[in-house]
Parts: sequence; C-alpha cells; structure tokens
Amino acid sequence: MSTDTATQPVGRYAYDEVDRTFLSQRVAQFREQVGRRVAGDLSEDEFKPLRLMNGLYLQLHAYMLRVAVPYGMMGADQMRELAHIARTYDRDYGHFTTRQNIQFNWIRLEDTPDILERLAGVNMHAIQTSGNCIRNVTCDEFAGAAADELLDPRIHAEILRQWSTLHPEFSFLPRKFKIAISGSPHDRVAARFHDIGLVAHPGPNGRPVFDVFVGGGLGRTPIIGVHLCHDLPEEDLLAYLEAVVRVYNAYGRRDNMYKARIKILVQALGVEQFREKVDAEFAQMNRADYRLEPAIVEGIRARFGIPDLDAPADAAQKLDSDRKADARFDRWVRTNTHAHRHEGFISAVVSIKPDGGIPGDVTADQMDLIADLADEFSFGEIRVTHMQNVVLGHVRKDRLRDLWLRLDGAGLGTPNIGLVGDIIACPGLDYCALANARSIPIAQKLSARFANPELQENIGTLRINISGCINACGHHHAGHIGILGVDKRGEEFFQLTLGGSAENDVAIGQIIGPALPEDETVDAIARLIDTYLVLRNEGEAFIDTYRRLGAASFKDAVYAPA
Amino acid sequence: MPLLENGHVTEDRWAQAIAGEALPAGAVIVPLERLEEGLARPKDAPLGVAIGPDVDVAVLRPALPRLGLVAVTFPSFRDGRAFTQARALREHLSFTGEIRATGTPLPDQYEFLLRCGVTTVQTDRAEDVAVWQQAHEIISIAYQPSVLHERPQGLGLRRFLATD
Repeated sequence: MSTDTATQPVGRYAYDEVDRTFLSQRVAQFREQVGRRVAGDLSEDEFKPLRLMNGLYLQLHAYMLRVAVPYGMMGADQMRELAHIARTYDRDYGHFTTRQNIQFNWIRLEDTPDILERLAGVNMHAIQTSGNCIRNVTCDEFAGAAADELLDPRIHAEILRQWSTLHPEFSFLPRKFKIAISGSPHDRVAARFHDIGLVAHPGPNGRPVFDVFVGGGLGRTPIIGVHLCHDLPEEDLLAYLEAVVRVYNAYGRRDNMYKARIKILVQALGVEQFREKVDAEFAQMNRADYRLEPAIVEGIRARFGIPDLDAPADAAQKLDSDRKADARFDRWVRTNTHAHRHEGFISAVVSIKPDGGIPGDVTADQMDLIADLADEFSFGEIRVTHMQNVVLGHVRKDRLRDLWLRLDGAGLGTPNIGLVGDIIACPGLDYCALANARSIPIAQKLSARFANPELQENIGTLRINISGCINACGHHHAGHIGILGVDKRGEEFFQLTLGGSAENDVAIGQIIGPALPEDETVDAIARLIDTYLVLRNEGEAFIDTYRRLGAASFKDAVYAPA
Repeated sequence: MPLLENGHVTEDRWAQAIAGEALPAGAVIVPLERLEEGLARPKDAPLGVAIGPDVDVAVLRPALPRLGLVAVTFPSFRDGRAFTQARALREHLSFTGEIRATGTPLPDQYEFLLRCGVTTVQTDRAEDVAVWQQAHEIISIAYQPSVLHERPQGLGLRRFLATD
C-alpha cells in the first residue's frame, strides 16, 4: 500500500530538522545531568525530578524507562526500534501502559542516555512521561478512522504535545497533570477521569470547538471531572488551558502530595469559584500571544500523513464471505474490530491480553511482528490503546482474514476485546515500590479461568480493572468490576468495587464489602459473574444488570459461597 | 554563587533590608511587610520588594511604578509558583524592572526562569557559573509562546531561543 506522501508518517506528526535538533539537545542535556549526578554535583533529591521528566523511574528492583507514544500513535520503524531496545537493554519485552505509552522495566541508569539517543534516531523520546508536569496527551485509539468520529483529535493532541513540551511555567506543578482529547461523541478516552478532558466537535464556523472538563481523576480520591467550559473556540484553546493550569500552579496544594492534584483544588474551591479564577486569568491574558490561528493548526495538520483509503468495491462482500466460512475468524471480527469511516476498511484490535498472560506485556519478537503487519496491512501505522492493546487502524476488509491468520499464528489473535479477558492491571508488587499486592497474578488467574471464548462472549461486555494499591494505576474505580490490592498484616487481600465506568455512563465503582484473601478472590468474581448470568435480562450487559438491581443482589454471591 | 544575569555574572547593586534596622539610603530590597516603609523614602531612591511564593502579585499593582525590582523565591526547586508570579508580573502588570529569582532553583530550570520573565538569579547553590551558562545554551528551541516574545518559526508553535 502506498501513502499519500511518502515522507510523512500516517497518523502522526512528521519531524523535521528543527524537531530533531530539539531532541538531540534534550538527550545531550540529560547526558550532562546524569554526569553531574554521577559526579555528585546533583543530589538524588535534585536529580529525581530531572530524570522523571525524561521518563526514568526507580522501581522495586531496577530503573524503569517510560517511552512516550504521543496520543498513542507510532510507526512500524519506531516499533522496531523499541524491539531493539527491549533486546539490547531490557529482558526482551516491554509493557504498554494505560497512558498509551510503553515502558521498559529493567533499565540501567548509565544506559539511559544511549537509549534516549537511539529513540531520538526514530523521532521518539521519554519527555514528560513522568514528573509533576503535563504528561503525554492521550487520545481516542480509533482517531481518524472511527465511523462515529466528528473530527480527528490527533491534530490538537499534537498541538497540546508541543505546547506542553518543556513548558517554562508548568514543569514544576504541584503534581502530575493529565490531558485527554476525543473527537467522538462516544467517550473512549475517559475524558471525565482526567485533570483536563477535552471533547471536540465541529463549531458553527467550521473550526472545532471544545467542551472542557476539569478536575477528574482516580487515585486515592476518585472524582468525576466537572464541566468547566462549553464550546471553547479553537483559537482560545491554548489561552484557556494556560489559564486553567496557571490557577492550579498558583493555588494547588503543595503541602501534601496526596492532596495536590487539581481535582482537590476544584473540590475545595467549588466549581463556580474555580471557574471565576480561571475566567479572571483568561480575561487579563494577552490573548493575541496565545491565539491558536487556523493557519497554525493547518500548518501542523499538513505534517500528518494521510492514508490512501482505496479498497476494491467488493472488499466488504469478501469479508462477509470470509466470516461465513470460518467461525473462529468470525468471532474475532465480532470482538476485535471497530467500524471504520470508509466502507471498505475496518480497524483491528490486537489483543495484548493472551489467556493467562500479563496484560500489556509484549515481547521483542511480537513488536517486530506487529511492525511488519502494520507495514503490510495498515500504512505502517500502529496505535497503543489506553486498554493496553494495539490497534491497526486502517485495514482493508478483503485483507482482514490474512491479517488475522498471521496474528493467530503468532498467539496475538485472542478474541477478547471488551470482554472478561481484556483486563487492565497495574504492574503491582511484582515491580512497583508503592504496591501492597500483586495485581498481575490475579489478572492471569482470571484470564485463564475465563479463557473459553464462547463463555467470554456469552458474558459480554465486562471491564475488569486491578490496582495493587490505593494509587489506583489499574483504574479499579472505573471498572465494572474493580479489584484493589490491600495489605492486611502482611497478607495480600483484595477489595472488590462494582459499577464503575470511564465511558459516557461515567461512574465510580462502590465497595461491595470486606476485602477477600488472595486465594478466594478469583472464585468470588466467578460467583459474581454466575449471579449476573442468572439475573440478567435478555441482552443486558453486566453493568446494566448491576445498575438495575444494585449491590445487594451480588453481595451474597461474593460472601456466601454455595 | 554570584548574581547571574542572562548567563553572565553581574554586579549586585541592591542591598537587602536588615530586620530591625532602618532602611539604607540607596537601592534596597524590602520584604513585602516593609513595602510601605520603603515607599515612604524619597521617590528617587531605588526600591525593590521580595515576595513569598504564596503572594498574589496583583497586590503590588499600586506600588509597581515605584519598584525597580521584584524578588520571587523558590523555597524548593520543586515549588514552581514563582514561575507563575514572574510571568504574571510581566504579562498582567507590564512590569519592566528586574525580576530576581532567589532561594534554591536548579541550573536546569534556568531557561524556564528566563522565559517566565526572570532577569537575574541569586542562589546559595554552589555550582560553578558555567553550569548555569551551559543550561541556558543547551536547548535552543521552544514550542510555546513566552513573555520574551520569541518569533514563531514557520507555521507552528516552534520558536528559536536566544542563547547569548
């Protein structure tokens, strides 16, 4: 397949010499900082925020490097470089994160400048994947492809990436700051669980306008974001975000890191008073300095490669007959694809959640295969999803079965997207210094228990999220079934929450009762699901049955085994 | 470290007010609590004020025409409130005098300080001035507007930073 312009990567911003110069300067800067740390001119306390702003964490056993995948988009060449890094500097694998990034868990500090240099060679970096700054901006994994999309949010995601990069005023905020952007009426970015969530749609003059949500988040204090601004004009996007983040930088708490997120400030002031402060800041800004002119937006849009969506007239027909001829393929199409805006194309989701596997872990060989398949089937474009899976966005319908055969042959054809097996889990006590419990083994046991694809499809849409501590990196509050690891006198226990959602029906899950011992947790969830299967109305999803009947109907199943 | 201006060592012509003592006759920086006392001096006596990170710079508005310097402070390099104060002084209050960063900012924050409108840095840190100069020169490209009004490069958000 050919792309419209050979030099421009499909679906993401094309770097030029200026952008590459910036990246190489950033690498040189970090190398110099590591040098000062090694020489003792920087204390660990001083070095920490500098390394965090280059994505380097110190975990339980080793350094972890989190590489930015801006708005989840990367190219096949970049994926191959990640595979190389996994082989050379890590233990042959990487891990896709819920912020659409990839992290390597076994990195040596002294190798990091070299790794960053290799990344810069393919226009990648680890800038602001950690630290108290504006983090990687996340986006709809079906952006620019989805049939239900109103506008492609990636152009503005790129604008926000650039604007937030080494922002002089906002690099030492009270706490981290996460922005998500969607251009679809169906929220696939958890807009209301972000510090700022932006939902874009076309405005009256043909330019985009944005609904702005602020102060959402999970963590220790889960809060649903409030609606701050209706139909913000595109030209004011940067000015308005500057105003919001400024109010946060000036007034956000710095005395207690657990009370330092913007959500706590919004709650403390109340939305009206918070909005007054933002409006006052916005009103006195030199707005001309921050105006996002259509010419700037179009200049950045012109740097995005566009896929040449040309499919044979009978592509859809071919897919229909392929599905009729192969029941396994048909099931995978039902569970692992998403409708494309072009009738001859479809988006395919590659599950990185094999039965009994570790959610989001991908080997170097799998990375290479995904890169090859992206080149062959989807214009070299790869998307990392916030569910820790991978999307090939533009696959011709008549070639979908060929793609599936290749995936299936490599163990990447698990048909479980949106089902029980599509679990989000944090790294937990296997890696993380903060964790109280191991999230991964619970995810593996659940995934193995429900491996039968017929059973999974019969159970239907079910989001399970597992966090190893109250920092909630596994987003347990947002799961239909949330699982939180807690420590009880040195033993791992797991607390269940029910009824959460990060989508349009956004809700925070409620604790159903006392935490369960590790060895009873998977059985309890199995009984919970059995109860749902008995109680559900025809065609009713778990979350809807739960909402109709309430927690009481499920509590007995969890705590009173037959 | 000596006083730093645009990456170079410069002479400090300002005296600090000493607690419990009368203000000297020449250029002096007073804490915000002694601003009235400073303003009571002759109108041509150079006056600066030092503010804490929790101060809304709007309180300086009436006094600003008389002020030649505002000192903002970093109690810790992690506390970024002074960035917002400096930028607001330039952008909202159109302050054109010296903005001095005090406390313990890191050399790695130097470019951020300059782009928020800080002109001089006075810290107790021990680094050689060369580390600060290097921090100023190492990155030459930025991706957002600042109070220094660097000219955008092409159609986009990028701009080149001055490194002299």
